Amino acid sequence: MAGAGSASERQNRLAPYLLVAPGILWLLVFFVLPIVTLAQTSVAVPDGPWYEAFRKALSGYGTHFLRSFEYAISATLMALVLGYPLAYVIAFRGGKLKNLLLGLVILPFFTTFLVRTFAWKTILNDSGPAASVLRELHLLSPDGRLLDTTMAVLGGLTYNFVPFMILPIYVSLEKIDRRLVEAAEDLYCSPARAFFKVVLPLSLPGVFAGSLLTFIPAAGDFINAQLLGSPNQQMIGTVIQNQFLEVRDYPLAASLSFVLMIVITLGVLAYARVLGTEDLA
Amino acid sequence: MRRLGKWFLDGYAALVLAYLFLPIFVIILYSFNKPAGKFNFVWKAFSLDAWHNPFQYPALVEAMKLSIRVASISTLVATVFGTLIALALCRYRFRGSGVVGLLLVLPLTTPEVVLGSSLLSLFLDLNAPTGFATIVIAHIMFSVSYVALTVRARIRGFDWTLEEAAMDLGATPFRVFYKVTLPIIAPGIVAASMLAFALSLDDFIITLFNAGSRITYPLYVYGARRAAFPAQINVLATAILLASLLLLGATVLWQHRVERARAGGAG
Repeated sequence: MAGAGSASERQNRLAPYLLVAPGILWLLVFFVLPIVTLAQTSVAVPDGPWYEAFRKALSGYGTHFLRSFEYAISATLMALVLGYPLAYVIAFRGGKLKNLLLGLVILPFFTTFLVRTFAWKTILNDSGPAASVLRELHLLSPDGRLLDTTMAVLGGLTYNFVPFMILPIYVSLEKIDRRLVEAAEDLYCSPARAFFKVVLPLSLPGVFAGSLLTFIPAAGDFINAQLLGSPNQQMIGTVIQNQFLEVRDYPLAASLSFVLMIVITLGVLAYARVLGTEDLA
Repeated sequence: MRRLGKWFLDGYAALVLAYLFLPIFVIILYSFNKPAGKFNFVWKAFSLDAWHNPFQYPALVEAMKLSIRVASISTLVATVFGTLIALALCRYRFRGSGVVGLLLVLPLTTPEVVLGSSLLSLFLDLNAPTGFATIVIAHIMFSVSYVALTVRARIRGFDWTLEEAAMDLGATPFRVFYKVTLPIIAPGIVAASMLAFALSLDDFIITLFNAGSRITYPLYVYGARRAAFPAQINVLATAILLASLLLLGATVLWQHRVERARAGGAG
């Protein structure tokens, strides 16, 4: 009896490890190990000190890094301004239509990312509908352009990553106990004051998670900058892709990629330390 | 005043939804275009040509086939791996579960360009040629996290003593899994595998680094900006959208039925 019990106990203790083994091994070999290889590649400089590639990366492409983070922050803020009210309306005023509305938010993103971005190129091009309308209204000078501008790139980044902002905010708004809002209004809080004192603070975890999930892909993206911008809007992702696949200066390419990862990881950690990450996953 | 504010809010939300759909309308509309040249970026005339010959470009069809094959294999593997991890995290308390959780979140907080380029560094280091196998490896890698987190979110808080009850009543472990565990976790698995399939079909950046000379559907679209951008790209994009819409509708209906059946059984 006792023997059987301890055998099954041992089995139980091993069970979780056996369950996670295949997936975790995969992640160790194809996610963690590659990062180690990336670090090794970045310091494997044929001539010069080990940090030579990093020196080149920072001195040659500092502007690309700064531009990428600047664009990603702007896109995150724009996604917040567009996404929060929509998430709020769905969560608080959606009623029976809630699931349908959420479905509508996700639906556009079932078309291929690249095709979507090409569609923006169609909308914004010089002889396209947006430019003609704005020229008619004299909001755009006759030789003014929409495509190949910073605004076009920011618009594309915002568009492609805004669902990552809307969904976490919706989840945190949905969790709020409605009676808290009613209580605030019963105590003569104006709706606006009830929103700022009750709803907004309780939805902050969603705002934080959404901001991270928008900022990270936006900072590393290069499709929007390539398709909707000019070389003046080039982001760091384009440089990394070029160095890896065209120029094949692997130490430089790896050090660029490594710096991007380190800066984003430090940013995420700092952000998480200040604001908590419980709702991130 | 108060009502005005609410109307304003609803109007704003409607405008944001319209912004989300604007490119989709353009994609569908331009699938009916008869472009003047090789590039389907400017409206010329209405035509059903592309819909009549959706498979006119063999390279596009091949790319689509490759994408579907990659997505099928990677979804299958990632769904198994991810579901097992989710089960372990929900059912057991064990040393190291925190590390597992962290390892699942990290790929999501790493930019795709870093994931793709680091994986390429590994393959270069191993002298492994990039191609079909490396695309599949990469897609499994980024899908496992999504599957594990989705399944875990869906089955957290379920009553696992049901399994013990079944075992006490003499069910074999296999029967317990088939009759009790699987029905509980099935909706989560279906949702997660649909997500994994969609992500794989859509992935561009990680694939670009690890595809070698193989061309998936997103890579074909990327290359099309230089050579030719036929309306057939829009036709296929519209078809994918319709297919996902149907699948999504079917799943929602099915989950509705499962929940109703469960509620009926309880009552």
